[in-house]
Amino acid sequence: MKILVCISNVPDTTSKINFTGDNKEFDKNGVQFVINPWDEYALTRAIELKEAKGGSVTVLNVGEADAEPNIRKALAIGADDAIRVNAHPKDAYFVAQQITAIAKEGGYDMILMGKESIDYNGFQVHNMVGEMMGIPSVTPAFKLDMVDDSTARLEREIEGGKEVVEVKLPFVASAQQPMCEPRIPNMRGIMTARTKPLKVVEPAGAEAKSEYVNYSKPEKKSGVKMIDAENAGEVIKLLRNEAKVL
Amino acid sequence: MSVLVFVEGLNGEIKKSSLEAATYGGQVAQAMGTSATAVAIGDVNEDALARLGEQGISKVLYDADDRLKQFVADAYVKVIAKAAQQENAKVLVFSNSNIGAAVGSKLAVRLNGSLATNVTELPKMDGGNFIVTRGVFSGKAFADVNLTSDVKIIAVKKNSTDITSNAGNTATVEKLSADLTDAEFAAAPKETVMQDTSGGVLLQEAEIVVSGGRGMKGPENWHLIEELAKELGAATACSKPVSDIGWRPHHEHVGQTGITVSPNLYIAAGISGAIQHLAGVNSSKVIVVINKDPEAPFFKAADYGIVGDALEVLPKLIEAAKALDK
Ligand SMILES: Cc1cc2nc3c(=O)[nH]c(=O)nc-3n(C[C@H](O)[C@H](O)[C@H](O)COP(=O)(O)OP(=O)(O)OC[C@H]3O[C@@H](n4cnc5c(N)ncnc54)[C@H](O)[C@@H]3O)c2cc1C
Ligand SMILES: Cc1cc2nc3c(=O)[nH]c(=O)nc-3n(C[C@H](O)[C@H](O)[C@H](O)COP(=O)(O)OP(=O)(O)OC[C@H]3O[C@@H](n4cnc5c(N)ncnc54)[C@H](O)[C@@H]3O)c2cc1C
Repeated sequence: MKILVCISNVPDTTSKINFTGDNKEFDKNGVQFVINPWDEYALTRAIELKEAKGGSVTVLNVGEADAEPNIRKALAIGADDAIRVNAHPKDAYFVAQQITAIAKEGGYDMILMGKESIDYNGFQVHNMVGEMMGIPSVTPAFKLDMVDDSTARLEREIEGGKEVVEVKLPFVASAQQPMCEPRIPNMRGIMTARTKPLKVVEPAGAEAKSEYVNYSKPEKKSGVKMIDAENAGEVIKLLRNEAKVL
Repeated sequence: MSVLVFVEGLNGEIKKSSLEAATYGGQVAQAMGTSATAVAIGDVNEDALARLGEQGISKVLYDADDRLKQFVADAYVKVIAKAAQQENAKVLVFSNSNIGAAVGSKLAVRLNGSLATNVTELPKMDGGNFIVTRGVFSGKAFADVNLTSDVKIIAVKKNSTDITSNAGNTATVEKLSADLTDAEFAAAPKETVMQDTSGGVLLQEAEIVVSGGRGMKGPENWHLIEELAKELGAATACSKPVSDIGWRPHHEHVGQTGITVSPNLYIAAGISGAIQHLAGVNSSKVIVVINKDPEAPFFKAADYGIVGDALEVLPKLIEAAKALDK
């Protein structure tokens, strides 16, 4: 089984978010980048399936050279090889077109992604890729198993419940917990990752359909009002009469 | 040219998040000097559809195909694409739900449109621009995005639109059918299982959420969270470790790697306020924090704080909530 796992390179969850150039650009200064946490579920599950069924796991990132440390990390966790499409990802549509071009060429059985990137919070690339390729996209899935060599069984979350879906290969799915326990690289993995192939390819001609013009930050809270624990019930009155949310 | 809104049903009624999308679509239509049409599929009754007039919808196209009572992505996309074509829709509005975002993304490809998900404000239209504001960096920032294609697709963040209700306005309801074939059902769900939601309140749509963390000490104390939630008509939630150790089901876990909520009121008991937890709750309008440690980071994000043992404080809140006239 050939599995493609798409990973996005995002600011660490604890990063302070700031903007530069008159709030027109995200300030990468001092920001640590990680593999998008949801993508770690996709990657680990892909490796588990490969271990059980044989095959290969390829990781794909659409991004600039600064994503390479995290691509190497994915190789250290257990992917076999990697592809980086050398482009500044302008928007999700552009990214989906690049992924589609690679996926079509590689003939993968399964294309796994994370549910959502934690930087641009789009929750869209997987469904776009499914539509562009004309194959099912099951998102967000929290369970993924093979029924037989050509059929997978997934459980996906919907508001207030879940759906059980069986699809034929090939398909796209996005992962969320509790699909598996994300793995961290071990020493041996880190050593072998250095020599695993990482291919850099130039982007397919593709357009973006949106322009990011400006950023802003939410207003700061005016401060917390403390209520004595003995009279904790007071807070309920304040919520009704002062905050007016009850 | 018109605005098309996709509305989702649940047990015959229209979901609250879809009433928000309808309101948003009605307001966009008004600003553009055109009308708003809704498209509904599956499990909604026609009275509920007609009442969409209250949100500024003038017409509803309804596909009552029984096979669409459950979500079938390719079929839904085909129905909505047909409605969009029929209405010559230039703006399509969805709720940013798992269903809404999925069909919205697929339609962006099929209709060659620009998509913005997680949108928090009405568009600014001037000089040929169509700029929407959307939440980015997991609640830590907003971005203004210009949608440059002819067709614009917007998925509206839950609880970011106040639902209008102009009593008495009704929408006309027309049947719609999209000639579905077996191909659209190839990836149809085998089975749909709905949870027994606490008191019938869907966490993602709840206006009030009562949430517990590891400081609640164990599942045997959760009756306090549930009782307060019941008194306030709230949904219940928890922190990640609480669902990881199995005190609560995973679908209640909020935060960066769980569900994002944006209720009017979020009450957190025994939760430290780690940045990954805050990422899922920081767009709540009012936050109440109960923690025995006065240095807990959550107090920095709170509007009201109580330093104390949650197991002693919650009963006081329950008592006060019971005394409120409803
Ligand atoms: C203004 C702007 C500036 C940006 N600057 C950068 C930058 O400097 N460096 C950078 O790396 N990215 C950058 N990005 C790209 C961004 O990180 C995303 O890749 C892209 O915007 C899609 O995000 P999304 O939230 O819509 O994805 P979602 O739809 O939420 O992502 C779902 C899944 O798709 C996959 N996926 C998403 N993006 C990629 C990708 N790029 N490669 C492979 N798989 C992916 C992942 O599995 C992810 O979990 C920028 C985007 C914008 C809009
Ligand atoms: C990549 C990543 C993603 C993550 N995603 C999420 C996520 O989505 N959601 C999430 O919640 N976490 C997430 N986490 C975990 C997060 O970092 C914290 O570990 C977690 O939120 C802590 O949960 P907690 O507050 O319940 O427990 P703790 O950190 O153990 O805090 C318990 C709190 O309860 C207080 N307390 C103890 N006893 C009492 C009492 N009797 N009465 C009142 N207060 C009491 C303590 O003072 C303490 O503040 C993530 C972490 C990582 C690294």
